[in-house]
Amino acid sequence: MIFRKKECVAMLLAGGQGSRLYALTKKVAKPAVRFGGKYRIIDFPLSNCVNSGIDTVGVLTQYQPLVLNEYIGNGLPWDLDRSFGGVKILPPYQGQKGGDWYKGTANAIYQNLAFINRYDADYVLILSGDHIYKMDYDKMLDFHKAKGADCTIAVIDVPLEEASRFGIMSTNPDGSIYKFTEKPKNPDSTNASMGIYIFNRKKLCDYLIADEADPASSNDFGKNIIPNMLAAGEKMYAFPFEGYWKDVGTISSLWEANMDLLGDTPVLDLSGNDWRIFARHSASAPQFVGARASIENCYITEGCEIYGTVKNSVVGPGVKIMAGAHVEDCVLMGDCVIETGATVQYAIIDSDVVIGEGATVGAPRATGAEIAVVGENITIAAGATIEPGAMLSE
Amino acid sequence: MTAAGLIFANIHDQSIPELTRVRSMASVPFGCRYRLIDFTLSNMVNSGINRIGLITHHNYQSLLDHIGTGKDWDLARRSGGIKLIPPYVTAYDQGVSGTPAHRLETLFGARNFIAHCNEDCFVLSDCDIICNIDLSEVIEYHAATGADITFVTKRVDASSMHLAEQVSIIAADENGVVTDFTCTRPEEGIVNLYTNIMIVSRAYLLNVLNNAAAHGHRSLFTDVIAPSLGKANYRAYEYDGWYAYIGSLEGYFASSMDMLAKEAREGLFGIKNRPVLTKVRNSAPTKYKEGADVKNSFIADGCVIEGTVENSILFRGVKVGKGTVVKNSILMQDTYTGSDVTLNCVITDKDVTIRDGRHLSGHETMPFFVGKGVSV
Repeated sequence: MIFRKKECVAMLLAGGQGSRLYALTKKVAKPAVRFGGKYRIIDFPLSNCVNSGIDTVGVLTQYQPLVLNEYIGNGLPWDLDRSFGGVKILPPYQGQKGGDWYKGTANAIYQNLAFINRYDADYVLILSGDHIYKMDYDKMLDFHKAKGADCTIAVIDVPLEEASRFGIMSTNPDGSIYKFTEKPKNPDSTNASMGIYIFNRKKLCDYLIADEADPASSNDFGKNIIPNMLAAGEKMYAFPFEGYWKDVGTISSLWEANMDLLGDTPVLDLSGNDWRIFARHSASAPQFVGARASIENCYITEGCEIYGTVKNSVVGPGVKIMAGAHVEDCVLMGDCVIETGATVQYAIIDSDVVIGEGATVGAPRATGAEIAVVGENITIAAGATIEPGAMLSE
Repeated sequence: MTAAGLIFANIHDQSIPELTRVRSMASVPFGCRYRLIDFTLSNMVNSGINRIGLITHHNYQSLLDHIGTGKDWDLARRSGGIKLIPPYVTAYDQGVSGTPAHRLETLFGARNFIAHCNEDCFVLSDCDIICNIDLSEVIEYHAATGADITFVTKRVDASSMHLAEQVSIIAADENGVVTDFTCTRPEEGIVNLYTNIMIVSRAYLLNVLNNAAAHGHRSLFTDVIAPSLGKANYRAYEYDGWYAYIGSLEGYFASSMDMLAKEAREGLFGIKNRPVLTKVRNSAPTKYKEGADVKNSFIADGCVIEGTVENSILFRGVKVGKGTVVKNSILMQDTYTGSDVTLNCVITDKDVTIRDGRHLSGHETMPFFVGKGVSV
């Protein structure tokens, strides 16, 4: 076995159900939810790791791991197929004294301390699989080292009125954290935690072991580990991140993040070669646009056949939009068919869905309607009507 | 019966000198994001052939770049996988001549590879063909007939094929036994075209190579096959799927435009369990901006379209500017068109820049070709 010490290993928490995505996470874990045409949410943290020079990533899975496991595979799309290191799936397991499900984010890492120690890493980067962003973790690591910190937490400046949805860090002028409040009613800062942490490995081990010994703990980074470290006076710093970052944990934020790809100067730009987001490739044919198609302000990928009208939409691989169909303000995840004369507006359509001839899904966004969601593998009968705000699952 | 593959990357380079000036026939771009070799490689991999020798002669930098380790075709293997076989030149040789050698000489250069394969037969394929063929069926046929060589043929209408100077026409009896093999240029009528795919039994191939060395044979067809007609067991296997053959720039243009027809796309890309694999480039999806007007076109990922595109093929990373009209054209990877450009029957090679307001036009029988990296 080749052995090479790794300076920093990443642990990606990908076990959550993502229950606020309802039908979209019925059969897949949240990190495996499709995004932006050809991607899945997990492509963002994985690509960020590779682009930042981190080549060892443990992916902690628990909820509905089948699709996620297959998608990650040997890590080839992200250049994480390595002789030593690379991407490894870490499910809960049985040991000599029995085993347990991951009880919380901290417990999930605790159960895999052997993985971290195996690489003799100095630093551990904790990531979650539910955010869309492009970030150089190496800069954050440099910051962490320069500050001589025990723990560094990436923060982003959020509008004051939204601050109470996040974990808020109160910092001194040098960036050190003196107070952390989870979802404060009256926030005294707008530095929101992005759920990205860098720990010195030894410190992390100590706190995880102590936390595990405490039966009252909910074994969570935000609720237990961070407050405990702060209370003990460890050196904790906030690393300010500037750029696009979006939590796509809800239907509306997932829709918005997809729409952020559109427009003349999109806030989320995935083009260019400087910070590429990698994805597992679908090996389908290029997209075909028919003689009577009309496409405006759209993001469309391989395997699609467009014969109808599509506006302000993000269209995943293998989607067929037949002649006379009208799709507007939609996210089509992939491999669905919108039959002739169907109208789909302000909706998220999951993969392998068929919208029958002349069916109507959702209502124009301008009417103030809510997003309609059609879950995986559903067939909407010809002529049927699906109300805005509907949430269909099998 | 197990099979290994041998692919000839450079044979037929002279058919389309415009596109092969900077690359081999194997790496000629086709169909938005493929290289011609992708079709042959995918056919082999989809048919369970995992040991492939790729015979090159010259101009193969772009081919090396495309193939890499072979992992996009699952051909990065410890056992088998893809091996590049460049010309065998010793320190005392005069160097490599500018044109590819005869097929037999080329095979002789690959004799070490061939000798080390223990598969029962070899699938030999050139890179001037585009099809999605199940080679395992041909191999079964080869085994069942006990053939020395099985030639894959396709019935085509000569007048619609844009054939090269010379093609091989095969005549066979009702049992598939080859009765005649001619090199000619048919003008019209239905002909039984040899597709440049053949299956050769291992023992027969080694025998042919040894004989060639002993007797100074140079051409596989004139020195080996023609004299053996009626003696050796040569069979013809008729392939009836979609097939294109690139014999000229005009033919390249016509076959590319064929991709706009549903039958062609389905015959090539729509076959279940037989995907066409290529090097992954990780482009973002294609962006259709406000004002984009796209009709009847075949488009890769990574494009940004603000203008009008009709009856055209856009490769990865093509930019179509505001007010620009692209019709009946093929724009290869990273072609950039400024605003208010018009293009009609134009083929742009990779990295071409068409500045604002330029108007270029060819004709479908003579497409206007803009070479790699040129700015207009």
